Amino acid sequence: MNETYFRIQRHGDTTTIISLGDWTLQHEPAIRKALYAIDLNQNIIWDFSNVESFDSVGMLLFITFYQQSKKKASIELVGYTQDQKRLYKLVLAHYTKESIPSRDKNILYRIGELTISSYLQFLAFLEFLGHVTASFLRYFVNPRNFRYKEIMYHIQQSGMNAIFIVALTSFLVGLVISYQSAVELAKFGADIFIVDMASISITRELGPMITAIVVAGRSGSAYTAQIGAMKITEEISAMRTMGFDPYYFLVLPRIIALMISLPLLIFFADVMGILGSAFAANMELNISYTQFFERLQEVLDSKHFYIGLIKGPIFAMLIAMIGCFRGFEVSDDTESIGSQTTASVVNSIFFVIAFDALFSVILTQWGI
Amino acid sequence: MRVIEAIDIGTRFGSTVIHDKVNMHIDQGEIYGILGESGSGKSLLMKEMIMLQKPSSGDMRVLEYTLSSIKYPQMQALRQQWGVLFQFGALFSSLTVAENIKLQLKEYTNISDAMCNEIVKTKISMSGLPTRAGALYPSELSGGMIKRAALARALAMDPKLLFLDEPTSGLDPIGARNFDKLIMELRDLLGITVVMITHDLDSIYSIVDRFCVLADKHVVAEGSITEVLDSTHPFIERFFKNEYAQKRLNIGVKNV
Repeated sequence: MNETYFRIQRHGDTTTIISLGDWTLQHEPAIRKALYAIDLNQNIIWDFSNVESFDSVGMLLFITFYQQSKKKASIELVGYTQDQKRLYKLVLAHYTKESIPSRDKNILYRIGELTISSYLQFLAFLEFLGHVTASFLRYFVNPRNFRYKEIMYHIQQSGMNAIFIVALTSFLVGLVISYQSAVELAKFGADIFIVDMASISITRELGPMITAIVVAGRSGSAYTAQIGAMKITEEISAMRTMGFDPYYFLVLPRIIALMISLPLLIFFADVMGILGSAFAANMELNISYTQFFERLQEVLDSKHFYIGLIKGPIFAMLIAMIGCFRGFEVSDDTESIGSQTTASVVNSIFFVIAFDALFSVILTQWGI
Repeated sequence: MRVIEAIDIGTRFGSTVIHDKVNMHIDQGEIYGILGESGSGKSLLMKEMIMLQKPSSGDMRVLEYTLSSIKYPQMQALRQQWGVLFQFGALFSSLTVAENIKLQLKEYTNISDAMCNEIVKTKISMSGLPTRAGALYPSELSGGMIKRAALARALAMDPKLLFLDEPTSGLDPIGARNFDKLIMELRDLLGITVVMITHDLDSIYSIVDRFCVLADKHVVAEGSITEVLDSTHPFIERFFKNEYAQKRLNIGVKNV
């Protein structure tokens, strides 16, 4: 018998259990194992005078065992100190048979919950949209509400500060698509058509899309996190009580700023993307820069450029609105900032691509 | 036996000096208060005790360890011997109250799941929450419940040392006194040494055995309430020798 935690003495039908050592948290599994291996069914005297230390876990173990065995055997407790008795009373007072309710939900419940919450979120988005529209219209009734300073600040943050990353990404994308298609075009001796292909695809599709995706990752997520954090710290509630409409102060400046800066970024992305592809054409197909740009002037219809540019404000509106809406959806805990920021970026990128596809179809149908 | 000892602690951030040769000690089994004006570095001193902040100079001894030369395994061992109650609870928001309490038990011991649940329920009940509160997420709790749940989590490992950062702030007076009573009971029964930052005069008068007063970068007074009241430092004069504090003192003494 393991004698670390107790010693057993048997006299006739009386068993004496002499507890030893530390009846504490770290020793609980070992004590439990040994304790439940004792053969009971007799008169028991339980001696505590040799226990080194007891903590609430050791006491809890004793209580659970004692409660169970009391029914089968008569147990007499001896040798305990007053402190141990008080600890016993404390733990016993808080020992409960009641169990913590489970939060696990079955699959049907979760499907239902998800459906309803998606529906409610859709309604919340419509409400948000209504608020934004109403606040925007109210700007014209009372133009003094127009927040020039905030708009400028956000143009700086979301537009100016994004120039480098947008430029680099679009330069690389321009370079890569030209580089990859150069090989195929060279097979047909259609080298010079690289200018047609690259310039049209960059100005019409890739420039706007890359810019929008970069901005969604950069500013859309920032909007969600900023507004979400303000919601948790109750700054938004504070604004409301002071009569500062968060739509005027937080949402509209961000939307307007992004609607102004995104087309500008797209223009910049177009330039950089074409430069990238000129660079690749020069490297791979030996098309000189002069040749490239002369051809560019011939083939690049200005409508492609304008179509790309006009997407800017629309993408901007999508990104900024989703970013802000997700920010307002943040609830009281820190985890929801993370999940809402993720949702914000994922949703805005998805809607940007979906709207882009829609544009493509509509414009092709119209023959533009 | 000294459980915590601060020896010539100095704390500086750039040219701002927060502590200059701070000395104090905490004995085994006592409820020790840290008092001081806001900005006097009370929380910082506690952070230095629980290894969240390194002092710029001097040394801190906690249990048998010297914190300036402590190695990683000892750090981890020490961290299992204390419980910390943060001012705003700092419960993990992705876990329920019960999971918050169970976390350390699961991580550091081999205790069976059923027993862990028993321990969790006992701790929940000890801290004065109903058992069903174990299933709630922190965002579903009120301020007072968060404090209690955080206390239950701090007590999960049956610590020898309990650090409390303003435990009664944000509680109603009745709740605050019950919280005091609970802390006293835990100290008496489990032999825990309690270190608390507090502004609460009632706590200072009724449950704190000894405390130190931080002001002007130093400990300006340390000891029991009568010893501290002997000091004539302006902060102590202002804090204790006013009508309100005197009134509380009379009530507090009557209750003890």
